[in-house]
Amino acid sequence: MDQSKIRNFCIVAHIDHGKSTLADRIIEKTGLLTSREMQEQILDNMELERERGITIKAQAVRTVYTAKDGEEYIFNLIDTPGHVDFNYEVSRSLAACDGAILIVDAAQGVEAQTLANVYLALDHDLDVLPVINKIDLPSADPDRVVEEIEDVIGIEAQDAPRISAKTGQNVEDVLEAIVHKIPAPDGDATAPLQALIFDSLYDSYKGVIIFCRVKNGTIKPGMEIRMMATGAVEQVVEVGYFGAGQFIPCEELSAGMVGYVTASIKNVRDTMVGDTITDNNRPCEEPLPGYKKVNPMVYCGLYPADGAKYQDLRDALEKLQLNDASLSYEPETSVALGFGFRCGFLGLLHLEIIQERLEREYNLDLVTTAPGVVYRVYKTDGTMIELTNPSNLPNPAEIEYMEEPIVEAEIMVTTEFIGAIMELCQERRGRYVSMDYIEGTRALIKYDLPLNEIIYDFFDALKSRSRGYASFDYVMKGYEQSKLVKLDILINKEEVDALSFIVHADTAYERGRKMCEKLKEEIPRHLFEIPIQAAIGSKIIARETVKAMRKDVLAKCYGGDISRKKKLLEKQKEGKKRMRQVGNVEIPQKAFMSVLKLDDDK
Amino acid sequence: MQALIHEIKAWGKVYGKQGRNDEIPTIYFGGGTPSVLSAIDIEQILQTVRENFTVQNQAEITIECNPGTVDAVKFSSYYNMGINRISMGLQSSWNEELKMLGRIHTYEEFLQCYQDARQSGFANISMDIMSGLPGQTIDRYRTTLERVVKLEPQHISSYSLIIEEGTPFYRAYEAGRLELPDEDTDREMYELTNEVLQKHGYHRYEISNYAREGYEARHNSSYWKRANYLGMGLGASSMMDNVRFKNTSIMKEYIYLEKEPVRIERQEEVEVLSLQDQMSEFMFLGLRMMQGISPEEFEALYHENFEHVFGPECKKLEKEGLLCREGGRIRLTKRGIDVSNVVFSEFI
Repeated sequence: MDQSKIRNFCIVAHIDHGKSTLADRIIEKTGLLTSREMQEQILDNMELERERGITIKAQAVRTVYTAKDGEEYIFNLIDTPGHVDFNYEVSRSLAACDGAILIVDAAQGVEAQTLANVYLALDHDLDVLPVINKIDLPSADPDRVVEEIEDVIGIEAQDAPRISAKTGQNVEDVLEAIVHKIPAPDGDATAPLQALIFDSLYDSYKGVIIFCRVKNGTIKPGMEIRMMATGAVEQVVEVGYFGAGQFIPCEELSAGMVGYVTASIKNVRDTMVGDTITDNNRPCEEPLPGYKKVNPMVYCGLYPADGAKYQDLRDALEKLQLNDASLSYEPETSVALGFGFRCGFLGLLHLEIIQERLEREYNLDLVTTAPGVVYRVYKTDGTMIELTNPSNLPNPAEIEYMEEPIVEAEIMVTTEFIGAIMELCQERRGRYVSMDYIEGTRALIKYDLPLNEIIYDFFDALKSRSRGYASFDYVMKGYEQSKLVKLDILINKEEVDALSFIVHADTAYERGRKMCEKLKEEIPRHLFEIPIQAAIGSKIIARETVKAMRKDVLAKCYGGDISRKKKLLEKQKEGKKRMRQVGNVEIPQKAFMSVLKLDDDK
Repeated sequence: MQALIHEIKAWGKVYGKQGRNDEIPTIYFGGGTPSVLSAIDIEQILQTVRENFTVQNQAEITIECNPGTVDAVKFSSYYNMGINRISMGLQSSWNEELKMLGRIHTYEEFLQCYQDARQSGFANISMDIMSGLPGQTIDRYRTTLERVVKLEPQHISSYSLIIEEGTPFYRAYEAGRLELPDEDTDREMYELTNEVLQKHGYHRYEISNYAREGYEARHNSSYWKRANYLGMGLGASSMMDNVRFKNTSIMKEYIYLEKEPVRIERQEEVEVLSLQDQMSEFMFLGLRMMQGISPEEFEALYHENFEHVFGPECKKLEKEGLLCREGGRIRLTKRGIDVSNVVFSEFI
């Protein structure tokens, strides 16, 4: 394969700026598939992804383009996940490319994620090719956007293709620009093998399918390969490239090529994204740079609503993990919720996606406990523990101090909402870093925020206070010492472990009060009075009472009423079954979730 | 009318004189306002029943009457055709409460109607009243109670207002347009009912029913004792031999269907009660009565050990103070009445 005829690139964009649509058009225009064969949005093949309009797993597709110079070019389009939770995966996908197409919406212009992605691409020494999309919109203002790209991002954009991916207008310009502006790969096909893993997928027939970019050397079936970070050694069964939605085997993958490798690997954990594949018998000297073990940032407990479904939940998590090495889980038990799992996620979106997939694809009814971050607890004996479950917090007397994770947040907002957004950040214990105006109408605000303040409802609050105009992005900064306490909820004097969480001492009172109020609404009246209390240690900081039930009676029950009244009683009994018993109080499952959404705007 | 007459005849072939020939201990004209019909119509219905079924000599025959639909002449006709019990929907002795309930009569009209019934010879009269009405106070309710006992009916039903989904009241309540007495006041009213009526010689024999000794409604009690009953007419419900079924509620269909012979399979909402269902009903219907249920009777009926089937539930409820055992029977406590749904749902 002639390297000069290969173009490896990705598309980066702010959410909704048209990444998937342009990808579809490129695939269509390169003629690999007829229009008839086109599924809508080929790259997003998971049902869930399509509905949410985001891409979870990186994927790649190879197409053949006959350029105006009459030559055929191989395009390897590598799709990247579009959310901060998957930042690391994005960076590995970018490392597999030589250039990036940057899509900017002709109406909305540069957004927070646009910037984040561009910087990421530039960090990987990619040539960035700007494309102005959605010129068919009435509100499109491509000239302003070109100016914005040059001013804000600092890349030349005068001859950026101006297109409508939706209508297909001027998409050829993009294809020609790929040929001329994105560099061909380099690398030595005869050198020792060096291939970067940028994704992997579990297939029940083939085992793990590794997605890789060969930087140097050649990989072919029969070769013994080694994953340099995990040390796993396997024999290659098959190599190939990606047709649209299918795997097409080939004889070999050589330097500059993007494709897949199978080797009867049973566990995705052996093929970590970012690892380097080399020839076990003729290894390269050094792995490719950039490998990093990703750690979950957000934890929560997942419990089956029906205790008997515990095994089903475990099977489902096991299956999901085959495809998602960043999902972690371990069994835990809760007095209130029974047997379940403490699961680790890259972020809240990741959590929500997993939760939805469990409910939708595996038909499970779940109870989720309040998500928490990983706290570092430094004990008086000099040891440190990483705390993922509030219930495991050591006795306060044994704690020297605690640290919580801090993120660097970037919020892009139109100037009229600056005040409201800054107020929100202050409320969430944010530390102001900087603010830059972007051509007069918008500002990029930077704050350092505790991660635990943004995992609840920060995003919702942000949207509501900016009428949907703010966009938000964050990266981990590190750990800082903080005054944290464990807030417990007592229902009828009994501590409900599933409702405990760690909170900053200054906001504990407020949060405790809100939790009690919310629970009062959610817990039905019982035959007896139920006190609901929030406590820090042995100190009660808030209290509400669910009054005892006085009346629950059917006044009339004659011949025509009996069937209907029986159904009513059945319903009552059914409702009871779906509750969790804590002591002698029955708590609806909804109550466990409702406390996750405490409205801050009153 | 024609369809109803046809239906009575058709059922007569199954359970009446031309069929199994069950003896009929009670007849009840009710559900809605049967007194809007002419006395001749009522007589024709009753006559058809007597021709096609064996009605006991001492049968209790009741008709529901609403003031404004019946006068002295009608009452006399009822009396002469053999009706021996009148159930009157008073609801309240306050005209603004009656208006709010959408009743067409005033308290004064009710009094006239009551006198007419008495003068026509009726010695067994029941009255319905309501507590827990929007805007109702304890004092007003007490006045209604006192006015009622002065009239000395033989039987009183007092219903605490229950807002049911799908009714105009429910919509008003949801929209926050109804000022209902709180639960405590509602229960106070319920207690007051028992107190006042007891003082005047009525005893509570079911959650909402009070009677002078010997005047308990035999017809209604048969529902709680799970006796067979055959409902005839539009939307009427029946339970025969542990099968519950219901006539269509659509007039057009009813008229059309009655041209054909009646068969259970053709009825709507047919529910064949399993042994489990029967035992559940035995409990939640039987416990509505203040005398409660007898485990002995249960065992005789279902050939199952009562303690095996419902022992744990009863023990739990006794411990919670909702049920009590006395003289070989199990019944609701005062607190158990207030939250009887909690009790009943244990037996479902």
